[in-house]
Amino acid sequence: MSSVVSTALPSPAAPLSHAGAPRASRRVLPGFNLTLGYTVLYLSLIVLVPLSALVFKTFTLTWEQFWTAVSAPRVVHSYKLTFGASLIAALVNLVFGLLVAWVLVRYKFPGKRIVDALVDLPFALPTAVAGISLTALLAGNGWIGQFLEPHGIKLAFTPAGIVIALIFIGLPFVVRTVQPVLEDTEKELEEAATSLGATRLQTFTKVIFPSIAPALLTGFAMAFARAIGEYGSVIFIAGNMPMVSEITPLIIIGKLEQYDYAGATAVALVMLFFSFVLLLVINGLQAWQRRRSGGV
Amino acid sequence: MSAPSKVIRRATAGTTESPWVRWTLITVALLFMLLFLVLPLAAVAAEALRKGLGAFIEALKEPDAWSAIELTLITAAIAVPLNLVFGVAAAWAIAKYEFRGKAFLTTLVDLPFAVSPVVAGLIYVLVFGAQGWFGPWLAAHDIKIIFAVPGIVLATVFVTFPFIARELIPLMQAQGSDEEQAAIVLGATGWQTFWRVTLPNIKWGLLYGVILCNARAMGEFGAVSVVSGHIRGQTNTIPLHVEVLYNEYQSVAAFACASLLAILALVTLVIKSVIEWRHEREMKAIAELPPERPPAA
Repeated sequence: MSSVVSTALPSPAAPLSHAGAPRASRRVLPGFNLTLGYTVLYLSLIVLVPLSALVFKTFTLTWEQFWTAVSAPRVVHSYKLTFGASLIAALVNLVFGLLVAWVLVRYKFPGKRIVDALVDLPFALPTAVAGISLTALLAGNGWIGQFLEPHGIKLAFTPAGIVIALIFIGLPFVVRTVQPVLEDTEKELEEAATSLGATRLQTFTKVIFPSIAPALLTGFAMAFARAIGEYGSVIFIAGNMPMVSEITPLIIIGKLEQYDYAGATAVALVMLFFSFVLLLVINGLQAWQRRRSGGV
Repeated sequence: MSAPSKVIRRATAGTTESPWVRWTLITVALLFMLLFLVLPLAAVAAEALRKGLGAFIEALKEPDAWSAIELTLITAAIAVPLNLVFGVAAAWAIAKYEFRGKAFLTTLVDLPFAVSPVVAGLIYVLVFGAQGWFGPWLAAHDIKIIFAVPGIVLATVFVTFPFIARELIPLMQAQGSDEEQAAIVLGATGWQTFWRVTLPNIKWGLLYGVILCNARAMGEFGAVSVVSGHIRGQTNTIPLHVEVLYNEYQSVAAFACASLLAILALVTLVIKSVIEWRHEREMKAIAELPPERPPAA
């Protein structure tokens, strides 16, 4: 009985606020019209109206013009590169993000708090700084590059460099979504599994993993979404060769610099579409996560 | 005597790994962090000081560097308060009331996180640029937004839009509105309730959001790059100035400016951690409080 109560407490309290207050607070608490009105107005001015410009500008193109702009070989190659590199980076982050979260939650070691704080570095460090410092590390004369280049391994100015930059910026997403869920998993379940004869590995795959899977997927999707739009850290390390290491955001910049606003807009609309889809997927995953942690 | 200790040993064995697995996992995780997080940070410092402290200071004394610093500070000083007011208003509306379309509104608030920074810059070019919706009107009235400071501020506001709202919405939802209702029932006005009840409750979350919002505002590159026009000494923020210097092969100067941003990042992390530790202590203190009533025996 008491364990049921204690599991309900640490989970996000969203269901609580839904249950008690809403109907009464609408009458009691002032400020609904003011705050909602301001929220909608500000959201429209800063986000919605400018974003709609993207759609309206695309409508000035004929279908053929649009299609030529978004399906030129150079553009298509950039999609493949952007999505491929983002996917690999997000997968690497899935594995290492889980590992880092696991180590931070489950084990004690010296310097743990500093390591924990450092996880957020990619959120705090401007992308341009990350870009030039990763390039400096991996270039032929860099701290890491000097050991790799003699063996014929080139990372800077190649697609591999793009993946490394995207791993850097995506890591905290996975760690920070998995960490709180891992903290909330109950040791009692693991003890039960062990006492029923499960090995540690079985306990992990059958008891722990299912409970953190939604969070892990959410973190993966966030890292992936962020990587697709990333520009600052990538352009320094990529080398930016057309058909080799040119990412889609750079295509947009290139078109803008040639005053091809319509072409830039068309490609941007394609990117925006995928952003929307990913945002919806992430929202769905988070809802799944909430149901999972609320309904244990 | 030996029986209970054996039981305890078995119980912990069920919820952790053997020492060598543990230390292998810790080592791999730390190596990964060292390689991907610590080394890049160290490289910034090393590259900035490659030619000694003198060259480092000289690079930061450049007037272009100063104007970049100034512009960065101005941009953050406008963007962060704007998003702060929005964040509080949005969190109040979303957390304290039920209304139709609430989930949709919350998704829209998150939208700028999902949009590529380059696209964020582009949309403002389409609205305010020479060929944009308001372009001719702005040109006729001699107002410059794109390739000028207002465009940089707008793009920064866009990319940092959700930071504070996102921090506050779950926090205020978790706190519910019982305390505010009590204040109102006792005769407080809406503003009094906000300043005396809500604000003290959300202050740490608010600060947390402001810190992250500020770090992103000062460090934004992609969106600002599109709308800035890269006019040296006029429309270059620190990150853009870093790019210009880097592309001119002025490596030391580029990394010197970059180190300013790296310091900003470290300060951000320190403040963030302090807030988290404080919060943790408060939670622990609450958990350790004696129960208000003895359990009914």
